Amino acid sequence: MNTSLSWIKAYVPELSCTDQEYADAMTLTGTKVETYARRDKNLEKIVIGQIQKIEKHPDADKLIVCQVDIGNEVIQIVTGAPNVKEGDKVPVVLDGGKVAGGHDGGPLPEDGIVIKAGKLRGVPSNGMMCSIEELGSSREMYPEAPELGIYIFPEDAQVGADAVEALGLRDTVFEYEITSNRVDCYSVLGVAREAAATFKKPFVAPQVEVKADSGKVEDYISVEVEDAELCPRYCARVCTNIKIAPSPKWMQLRLAASGIRPINNLVDITNYVMEEYGQPMHAFDLDMVAGHKIIVRRAKDGDVFQTLDGQMRNLDKDMLMICDADKEIGIAGIMGGENSKITDNVKTVLFEAATFNGANIRKSAKRLGLRTDASGIFEKGLDPRNAQAAIDRACQLIQELGCGEVVDGMVDVCVPLAELKKIRFDKNRINALLGTDVSEQEMKEIFERLELTLEKQEDGTEVLVIPSFRQDLEGIADIAEEVARFYGYDKIPMTLPNGEATTGKLPFKLRIEQKARDIAEYCGFSQGMCYSFESPKVFDKLLLSPEDKLRSAVTIANPLGEDFSIMRTISLNGMLTSLATNYNRRNKDVRLYELGNIYLPESLPLSKLPDERMQFTLGMYGNGDFFTMKGVVEEFFDSIGMHKKAVYDPKAGKNFLHPGRQANICYEGSIVGYLGEVHPEVCDNYDLKTKAYIAVLDMPEILPFASFDRKYVSLAKYPAVSRDISMVVPKEILAGEIEAMITQRGGKLLEDYKLFDIYEGSQIKKGFKSLAYSITFRAKDRTLEDADVTAVMKKILNGLEGMGIELRS
Amino acid sequence: MAMKERLEQLKAEALQQIENSDALEKLNEVRINFLGKKGELTGVLKGMKDVAPEERPKVGQLVNETREQIEKVLEEAITKMERAAREAQMRAEVIDVTLPAKKNEVGHRHPNTIAMEEVERIFIGMGYEVVEGPEIETDYYNFEALNIPADHPAKDEQDTFYISGDFLLRTQTSGTQVHEMEKGKLPIRMIAPGRVFRSDEVDATHSPSFHQIEGLVIDKQITFADLKGTLAEFARELFGEETRVKFRPHHFNFTEPSAEMDVSCFKCGGKGCRFCKGSGWIEILGCGMVHPNVLKMSGIDPEAYSGFAFGMGLERIALLKYEIDDMRLLYENDVRFLRQF
Repeated sequence: MNTSLSWIKAYVPELSCTDQEYADAMTLTGTKVETYARRDKNLEKIVIGQIQKIEKHPDADKLIVCQVDIGNEVIQIVTGAPNVKEGDKVPVVLDGGKVAGGHDGGPLPEDGIVIKAGKLRGVPSNGMMCSIEELGSSREMYPEAPELGIYIFPEDAQVGADAVEALGLRDTVFEYEITSNRVDCYSVLGVAREAAATFKKPFVAPQVEVKADSGKVEDYISVEVEDAELCPRYCARVCTNIKIAPSPKWMQLRLAASGIRPINNLVDITNYVMEEYGQPMHAFDLDMVAGHKIIVRRAKDGDVFQTLDGQMRNLDKDMLMICDADKEIGIAGIMGGENSKITDNVKTVLFEAATFNGANIRKSAKRLGLRTDASGIFEKGLDPRNAQAAIDRACQLIQELGCGEVVDGMVDVCVPLAELKKIRFDKNRINALLGTDVSEQEMKEIFERLELTLEKQEDGTEVLVIPSFRQDLEGIADIAEEVARFYGYDKIPMTLPNGEATTGKLPFKLRIEQKARDIAEYCGFSQGMCYSFESPKVFDKLLLSPEDKLRSAVTIANPLGEDFSIMRTISLNGMLTSLATNYNRRNKDVRLYELGNIYLPESLPLSKLPDERMQFTLGMYGNGDFFTMKGVVEEFFDSIGMHKKAVYDPKAGKNFLHPGRQANICYEGSIVGYLGEVHPEVCDNYDLKTKAYIAVLDMPEILPFASFDRKYVSLAKYPAVSRDISMVVPKEILAGEIEAMITQRGGKLLEDYKLFDIYEGSQIKKGFKSLAYSITFRAKDRTLEDADVTAVMKKILNGLEGMGIELRS
Repeated sequence: MAMKERLEQLKAEALQQIENSDALEKLNEVRINFLGKKGELTGVLKGMKDVAPEERPKVGQLVNETREQIEKVLEEAITKMERAAREAQMRAEVIDVTLPAKKNEVGHRHPNTIAMEEVERIFIGMGYEVVEGPEIETDYYNFEALNIPADHPAKDEQDTFYISGDFLLRTQTSGTQVHEMEKGKLPIRMIAPGRVFRSDEVDATHSPSFHQIEGLVIDKQITFADLKGTLAEFARELFGEETRVKFRPHHFNFTEPSAEMDVSCFKCGGKGCRFCKGSGWIEILGCGMVHPNVLKMSGIDPEAYSGFAFGMGLERIALLKYEIDDMRLLYENDVRFLRQF
């Protein structure tokens, strides 16, 4: 909300402080000032001058030479402005003064523009006459200013006076951030009330007294509210003999400072009252209201209605309409109709000030896709008591501005107004909540400033009576906040909770994730972050089969677009996209990891929360291969106490991986993840023109095996014995199978084995490969005899031969 | 006393040879020639049988003295020569220390995670437990139990992504407060970091997915002063000992009184700079005393217990701390960006 300080001061006349002091103090009591701007910024040495004489420039057709009376002297100014004539009173910037901008109305330079005396085509010019744009404003705000040329003051302007002051620009506009609970502060009066309380100055509300000119309102209009739940109050008043004209300058200036373009007296009055009271008003041309009757009722499904912006709107039965005897004339609280729009020919005006159900207005505006200034305020839920005050104020202004005559009385259709809320005053409770020691006296002073009155109960306790405009105050905690705001948040001490001690901890799952990050980083992988939602096209890009269960994903009803419409069921899309981004930016040897959830629904549509599974996803291209990735996986397992041997099953069945270079990672019989080379077609789909490797670990499967327990195994005291074996193996037999055999047959004496050579090629017959292992044996309690080792080796060799393996030498 | 002279002569010869030796092998030869089993001095000892018995001790002593003298000189020569050889070798081994380092390429943590771990570390130190909550939530935990009833405008302010029925993507980590309170174990001191979602188009300052850290303390006699003290301590730990804090009144449905906390700008120390837009302060988090309605809904008696809650955006902290000017960088995963952290 934007408001000029001068408007606030109209209700807090004693307010006196610098702009910065005002901004700081208001912010500290909860009315946050976002920014403020002086309207006279860079306007220096500008006075009102009167043109006494205009002559042609001797050497330039488009220039004229003016003699301008600036009060104490007459100066010569050369101008090219087309609109001035002798006798005009104009803003004149003197030699050495400043204006805010150029005459084209473009962006204002930070330091303004300095004006210096000089010569224009040889003729001395000792200043400049200004357009409204040069004064940093616009015709939007000063509608009387000419489209091209110098701003002309009214005839009664005083020559020699401060032009900036005369234009009402000696003012500061403050922009406030009003919190959603303070509906009352979406108004100048509300902010002024806060300002008065903040600076401990009296708050002087406008005196509203309307002495009706004639007639009785009931002779002009009747009102019927069919749905009181959606419209708890509807106030109507009538003004006659309307004369449309521009509103006075003071009103235009206040509206302009609030960012509202002045239009004419009638429109300006409704806007002014909306700003001042925070109560949106609507004005109908009464002659257009059939039967001089207002009916407030719901629309019917399928109705179509033309709003005053000319648009056709589709209605439904949950939208509240303002109707006359024949037809709809406005969408309640949102926008009036084209058919009852005020024109310059209006004679009689019907003012409406109503209270509507906030939630209903909010939802209707949303369905209509039509959020207006009025609906934005109505949806917060307004104080019904404010409606009458506002409509009276509007009538008062009609009279004061000479805009028309006010008909006596108000039609008021209203559900009984709720009684004022009462909250028990408990000083100790407030201090206990705040951790303060504010005296009762001080609290009561604060309440008084906030117009909360104390009432003694029969039992001796005191209650606070809450004014109706403070809808946000509901209980003692709210009262504590009021005390805190005006006692000063900064004066509340700083302490630490004392109470039962608690142990700080990171749960096991998060400790394991931390370990995952550590290991990935040791191995050269940097952490990426990917979105949780993605496109349903991802499944095709990853070549998932049409029946794949991963295709049933949680869908967002209102996504930012199809590309962000489903919750991911597989973590690879983000990883591959990131790798591709890096590849296409020519980053070499990229290694990334991500820790993030996938979301697996049990059934769709959701009937319970989906299974959120943390995935540890690794991806890389460039230096390294399948076995590099496998190494990272095993480093991770080692680091979280998974010392058993992981088994790699090549029959993982992942369509998105190279069919001959993929494996499920199994640990103690559970599949805990998979790894492999990305299928070349998938790489193509991601525009990744290199081989890439990925590993995905399903953390919920890993957790049961993970542990930070460690047990020391005594260092070996007796020497080890090694035997090397070399073999020719049918290609389809996996090293893992050979190793399983070695492990099984090696028994207790087996300490370790190591594959030290692998060869496929011309030296070996087709369909076979050559493998060489070094096997180490050791006993805990003695030095092994040759015979011990030979016996075990024999068992191993027999086993291998049984697998169809040919042993060499 | 031919023996004595003989020894003197041997010694002189030995010393001369040592002197003339220009390599370790030669010194070795000297050792063998004079001190070895078949060396000259051994020869002299062998000649002892020809010496009169009463002379033998004296001669023996003389021989030993000679041997020691030669040995000493020899050892010195060897040491000197070895040292010279090592020095020569080292001179030959001089390297250009300005050549590039051979680094073990380690990976880098995401700036978000660095900030998160930092916050976690501080609160764990103060006795807080880290908890997690679901990212897909029900309306109840995301809104209703936080005192944001159906049809409340605050729901619109949060630009929620809806799924179906009551399910939605959580817009705030505040729901974890409710889950934690419902467990019924008091007192509570927890923080809950996590991913949240809001329907904001991606640009330099917005992302539809970002992270928050929620904090909650519930105990007997928790005060707003405790809230201030705790968060001031946190701010000093996170941004430096000199950091000052400022609490401004604000509004959140689930806290009352509510506040926003600013910290003195950690770039300029509060003097005002481009970073804090000249104000000297940077807005960092929202906080307040847990609303009695929230306590009640979660089964905690607001007459007996009170508490405070706070929430902050991780990205905001990361962007501020590391002066990252475009939020999109956080989700692009360009290694040239990530490697800077």
